[in-house]
Amino acid sequence: MRAALAILRKDLRIEWRTKESLSSLIVLGVLLLVALAVAYDPTPETAPTLAPAVLWATFVFTGLLGIQRGFLVERENDCLAGLLGAPIDPAAIFAGKLAANLVLLAAMQAIVVPLVGLFLHVDLAASVGGLLVVLLLGNLGFAALATLFAAIAVRTRAREVLLPVLLLPLLVPLLIGAVKATEHVMTGGLAGARDALGVLVAFDVIFTVAGWLLFTYVVRD
Amino acid sequence: MRRLEPLLAPAVFVAMVAALWLIFMVVPTERQMGIVQRIFYFHVASAWLAYLGFFTVAGASAVYLWKGSAAADRAAIAGAEIGVLFCTFVVVTGPIWARPIWGVWWTWDPRLTMTLILWAIYAGYLMLRAFGGDDEAVARYAAVLGIVGVLDIPVIRVSVRLLHGIHPNVLNQPQGSGLADPKMRLALYVASIAMLLLGGWLAMVRMRQERLASELAALRRLAEERA
Amino acid sequence: MAAPPIRAEKVVRRFGGVAVLAGVDLTVEAGELVVLLGANGAGKTTLLRVLATLLRPSDGRLELFGVDVRLRKAETLRRVGYVGHESACYPDLTGAENLAFYAGLYDVPDAATRVAELLTWAGLDGAARRPVRVYSRGMQQRLALARAMLHAPDLLILDEPFSGLDPAGQTALDARLLALRTAGHAIVLSTHDVARAAPLATRTVVLHGGRIAWSGAGAADPVVLARTYDDLTRGRS
Repeated sequence: MRAALAILRKDLRIEWRTKESLSSLIVLGVLLLVALAVAYDPTPETAPTLAPAVLWATFVFTGLLGIQRGFLVERENDCLAGLLGAPIDPAAIFAGKLAANLVLLAAMQAIVVPLVGLFLHVDLAASVGGLLVVLLLGNLGFAALATLFAAIAVRTRAREVLLPVLLLPLLVPLLIGAVKATEHVMTGGLAGARDALGVLVAFDVIFTVAGWLLFTYVVRD
Repeated sequence: MRRLEPLLAPAVFVAMVAALWLIFMVVPTERQMGIVQRIFYFHVASAWLAYLGFFTVAGASAVYLWKGSAAADRAAIAGAEIGVLFCTFVVVTGPIWARPIWGVWWTWDPRLTMTLILWAIYAGYLMLRAFGGDDEAVARYAAVLGIVGVLDIPVIRVSVRLLHGIHPNVLNQPQGSGLADPKMRLALYVASIAMLLLGGWLAMVRMRQERLASELAALRRLAEERA
Repeated sequence: MAAPPIRAEKVVRRFGGVAVLAGVDLTVEAGELVVLLGANGAGKTTLLRVLATLLRPSDGRLELFGVDVRLRKAETLRRVGYVGHESACYPDLTGAENLAFYAGLYDVPDAATRVAELLTWAGLDGAARRPVRVYSRGMQQRLALARAMLHAPDLLILDEPFSGLDPAGQTALDARLLALRTAGHAIVLSTHDVARAAPLATRTVVLHGGRIAWSGAGAADPVVLARTYDDLTRGRS
């Protein structure tokens, strides 16, 4: 566990210094949001109904990019060999990277979510609490699968295309759950979102554990 | 196992002919849906085979990660290809059946959505094997994907039920109900057996082909070294 | 009798069916410095990475300090240090931060002192606060060596450690390796600079055809070595 924290700190420090991933995530997120909002061209009345789907579509697509970069860091200078030679459980690498990705996603969402409120005329302040819950649960499941598969994609040919191709079908249940939960939270409150939240929790549990167990098989040579 | 193979081809033929005969000659025309309903038997049988294929991939993948058995890897490839084959069949025959009955080619009904997602997951598996590169690590990565895919199935199942609220319930009755006539049940079983034999036969051929391909490659390398 | 740092028996490593290592037998005892020679592409890097547990053997048996590498035991990994062709140091972190990170991973006691000590040995005191990205090749190599020695491993595995080092760096490495060898550590290194490694070696082995084709005590006589290479390559036609 200590190793995971060390890796988390290391990744955050690198990210803080270069701000590469963070800035591209935020810029891309905003651009995608703008593109979607303009393409739909909603009226102020219909706009709020788009918000949940636009939110999560933006997060998933930009998130895929950001998480992939996280492993490119380890490719330079064969740093992954340094990690694997150390007396740590490879699953700790998964945990550390997962945590770093969660922080990155949260930072990106901190910018994009208010902008969605602005562009799509949604009063988000009213449902902030519920929204945070949905974001947390959604991010965890997404990051768990994305971290596992980014480790795979970065080691194969055609990596830019392969990650979304492999991940998107797997992520559909998460997407459904997150969008539905966001809808309920925005219109009613957390109570109505129970079923959708249940899906998210199941997804999170299954794939965090699966990622933890399977990561070793991805990185060992 | 290998001795069974020559028996399988004629067995498949016999079972298929029996199924076709039952479906077109014996089974009565379904009251509500008419002649189109006869697609149902192969459609459902294919769906079962698709699931069998995908579970095979997951099981074989787990064995491969655990033991490193090349035979398990070959079984995973065969399972994925056959799973995707039968799943494609389901996704194609579905709309053919749906159009005259419901008036639409497609709807985001839970079961259809789920089948489509599964198709995409394992088509991705095949893409990974095809485009992942020549590194033998690709077999390991594919194994991870194979296992994750199957783990996703229960979650997909639950999540697509959430979709139901938005779209109208176009299905009057769930597929597979209304099998009042015992001849229909018989046709379904025979069709399933025919598909199972077909799938099994294709799998064996495919695995044998993989084994021969790797033996050939090894021999080639040996020849190059000697040259 | 303590288990030898390395006991490799018929180690095979295949890549896509091609056996780069086709049955390597090698035993290295404590206090030995083994120089690994071989033509380009002979598989030296592969062998060293297998010994460093970065690659798993496709076949055969490899034990480090008596423990099978397949078990990946933390106690074993703690006793091994490896430097490959690349530094395994993060370009956007400073030299000091890199060493501190690895000190944490290896649970090095009194980390701050140890890091400072090795930075001084590597001659990187001045550059310690600058990102590795701006280091020269030689500086990166010295940092990599510092990283590998941070946790005082009993077994050091080095892939062409002298490459990129200026004469001062080479002398410093010489001295360190000699000291470690005398203190009872085991070292396996590969190099193209036979003359450089000669005074240090307790044994020289040649990797050819995926196997240890020749093994000689002490340093290798350049004349003998040239003849051996010749024989081996001609035998292959």
